[in-house]
Amino acid sequence: MLSGATELGVLMATTEIAPHGSATSADRKPIVNDFSIQVATANGSGSQSANSILLRSIFQMGVPVSGKNLFPSNIAGLPTWYTIRASKKGYVARKKEIDFVVAMNPETAREDVLALAPGAAVLYDEPLKLSELRPDLVFYSAPFDKIVATVCPEAKLRKLVKNMIYVGVMAQLLNLDMAEVEKALRKQFHTKVRAADLNWNAAKAGYDYAVASLTKADPFTIERMDRTAGMIIIDGNSAAAMGTMFAGVTVVTWYPITPSSSLVETLIDYMKAYRVGTDGKATFAIVQAEDELAAIGMVLGAGWAGARSMTATAGPGISLMAEFAGLGYYVEIPGVIWDVQRVGPSTGLPTRTSQGDIEFVAKLSHGDTFHPMLLPCSVAECFSMASEAFNLAEQLQTPVFVMSDLDLGMNNWMSEPFEYPKEPINRGKVLTKEDLDRLGGFARYKDVDGDGVGYRTLPGTDHPQAAWFARGSGHNEKSQYSERPDDYSNNLDRLLHKFENARNSVPKPELVRNDGNDIGIIAYGTSHHALVETLDQLQHEHGVDVDYLRLRAYPFTSEVHEFIVKHKRVYIVDQNRDGQMFQLLKLDVPAEEVIRLRSVRHYNGLPLDARTVTDEIVSQEGK
Amino acid sequence: MATTATPQPQPKTNRVGLTVLDYRGGKTTLCAGCGHNAISERIIDAFYDMGIQPERVAKMSGIGCSSKSPAYFMSRSHSFNSVHGRMPSITTGAVLANSKLIALGVSGDGDTASIGIGQFVHLMRRNLPLIYIIEDNGVYGLTKGQFSATADLGSKLKTGVINDLPPIDTCALAISLGATFVGRSFSGDKRQLHTMLKAALSHRGTVLIDVVSPCVTFNDHEGSTKSYKFMKDHEEPLHDLNFVPAFDEINVEYEEGSSVNVTMHDGSSLRLRKLEEDYDPTNKIGAVKRLMESHEAHEVLTGIFYLNTQAPNFIDMLNMTDEPLATLPESVTRPSRKVLEECMEELR
Repeated sequence: MLSGATELGVLMATTEIAPHGSATSADRKPIVNDFSIQVATANGSGSQSANSILLRSIFQMGVPVSGKNLFPSNIAGLPTWYTIRASKKGYVARKKEIDFVVAMNPETAREDVLALAPGAAVLYDEPLKLSELRPDLVFYSAPFDKIVATVCPEAKLRKLVKNMIYVGVMAQLLNLDMAEVEKALRKQFHTKVRAADLNWNAAKAGYDYAVASLTKADPFTIERMDRTAGMIIIDGNSAAAMGTMFAGVTVVTWYPITPSSSLVETLIDYMKAYRVGTDGKATFAIVQAEDELAAIGMVLGAGWAGARSMTATAGPGISLMAEFAGLGYYVEIPGVIWDVQRVGPSTGLPTRTSQGDIEFVAKLSHGDTFHPMLLPCSVAECFSMASEAFNLAEQLQTPVFVMSDLDLGMNNWMSEPFEYPKEPINRGKVLTKEDLDRLGGFARYKDVDGDGVGYRTLPGTDHPQAAWFARGSGHNEKSQYSERPDDYSNNLDRLLHKFENARNSVPKPELVRNDGNDIGIIAYGTSHHALVETLDQLQHEHGVDVDYLRLRAYPFTSEVHEFIVKHKRVYIVDQNRDGQMFQLLKLDVPAEEVIRLRSVRHYNGLPLDARTVTDEIVSQEGK
Repeated sequence: MATTATPQPQPKTNRVGLTVLDYRGGKTTLCAGCGHNAISERIIDAFYDMGIQPERVAKMSGIGCSSKSPAYFMSRSHSFNSVHGRMPSITTGAVLANSKLIALGVSGDGDTASIGIGQFVHLMRRNLPLIYIIEDNGVYGLTKGQFSATADLGSKLKTGVINDLPPIDTCALAISLGATFVGRSFSGDKRQLHTMLKAALSHRGTVLIDVVSPCVTFNDHEGSTKSYKFMKDHEEPLHDLNFVPAFDEINVEYEEGSSVNVTMHDGSSLRLRKLEEDYDPTNKIGAVKRLMESHEAHEVLTGIFYLNTQAPNFIDMLNMTDEPLATLPESVTRPSRKVLEECMEELR
């Protein structure tokens, strides 16, 4: 029942129109382990399990793979897409061109098919009759409803099981080993044996249908490799949750918001499993707060009282936290805030990815303020930076923001297994009763060590000299209320000195390539995966070698400045409209160096792809 | 000629060996005659009398005249003067981090009933162990005398402006939401407030005490319903309070039927001598009803309206280890390499 693209389908589209023009597939050579699949379904139809199994089956065959869920802000019914990319070279960024579409959703099928480049393949639900749309594609149809009826007697379960049929059909078309499919499927359903059996029968029925009724006419195929052995698959939010548990977190407060909710929900599971003592008592407190104001307030209250406290949120929550962020900076309280960035401003696109909070978070608050930010690019860094963020927050006595994004947080990524935290837990400069016995007293904001960081005591410290008065109002070194001009400016100068000094303690950038080329690129976060591919594209397609530095933290370390002055032109890649990291770098480098900086910006809600960056740099280079 | 030195009189100390001076704070910067200063005095007396070690206390506040006052008592206690209307969340975090702290929140009517109403209601729901004092004068003092949300209907500002919106009764709200010790007092009622604070220190749960505390500069004139004169004319105590701490093993004989006796969490005894024969402070519905009736009658009812010594508090519900989370060692808070390997295996 194809009635043409509905208005809804057009509004929800995630595909970008590919240029038409090359030859059809008839005489093409096989394309092995290097293509993308897009599965189009309706939200809430249970397709997530099917897609994960397809992804994992390819992974288990040793082929590098990545999966991205492009979903609407909706619980059930609206169109959703899942893209899987197999890449023998190990590229895991989104591939701009779609090679194989699985069209299960009548709402979007027409537009999805029209957007494909010639030679692409389509597996569609038979009643959609898509093959009439284009002569230059390879079409396969399958009567999914009929097949599912044969394997699933219970009518109400058919909607959920139907998606497993395409896993079987695709397995046959792509030459996947069905033993790997079964292994992935049984892992997915874990202890639910009945559900696993039912779904396995569905996958087999799809496979059998393809054997009996379809003739392979597209070039895309999977062959076994050995590039995923020992690796894991996990999403960034789960990795951050696990990292947070190993970081020794004790107080977690949160308010549900997409795309950060799963970070804390997964953390709750981990903490219940591994952080409850043999006496049944928890070594943590997790509180769902009434809003983000309260969530950050509890983080700071707990941090002041000595806990390792954190919250996770997204843009709208960050906006609400602005006032407290300033308090944390000015009273100098440790705390960790994960910002799993989504598209803003305002409600924006809650289920789409962006790096849109960078500038706002860097200076979050009224008044003169700077906050350190960590910039994870991978699930492994989500894990490791959880510990680094806490150590930094406690050493610097200030809130530290970890800037993840929806693409990293909510999608599955393959990774080497995580390494156990290298650094011990560092609680920073905290004076105990014994220290006070020895010292006689202390001044909370006195820069004793020259690094801008004073010594603090925790409430409850049993010493008559332990108490200090935490206040967001003007204060002197002894944290007494003061409106004296010199007290205010001295304090602000010390805070700036502390922030400047943090350049020496934040994670250093990764110099991915630094071969003395004229052109340099600076990127951060999930852009990294597109950038690795862009380096190859520039080299292979344009014969241009470029250097590349990946930022891992703000404030910028000396390596960043050295990289900039060594290059004639430096392209800064941002997933936002305003080139936010570009702006922060412009403020940071000496005025005469600013002319070296160029900006590459991507902001349509889709994860960044290499082609976009390559094309933009080539265009700006005037090639 | 030999002289005998007159022995210095030993200063009076409490059961932890401290003098009342050990509970002093900085010099107040509030206006002379401000009700808040009287409340600070009562806090000092109550904490001294109960022998609370000041180092165990966390004095918490938001923003406003009231929120400044923690600087004026108990300097040996840690204190946090935070942001406007957000004392509840800061305090919740602090108590989660260290459940052994005795949290004392000082807020005002603006800080609580307007900008902070959201955090206030959720704090009451959680029954977090905390003594929450509202220093309630019906106006914003630091911004020079605008009405707050506890100002009574028809109350008049110095400028002649009449309040035409109904007040929020923070006590009725707290009772309906889950606070387990709810009362109202008057900064000028030395004995009642002192007794109420001592009883509050024996409670494990949220204590909410709304203290009418006249603002001598902006709201103490004819036509104000939060003035000293108005309170003298309209305060209507529900009962006479008598408190016997657990450490004073005094047996008090009570006359059957004329008073309600409550055994507090720590074994202390609170006697509420009934002025109203049928008032039951453990009955939520009756408490709210009596408060509504007092509004109709234009009285300011004071006393302990509601008391529940049995309800679990937020810390009980979280089932945390006894040692404060803040000081748990790495061996407890960082799982082993074996746990990481187990987590990795599940993801392969």
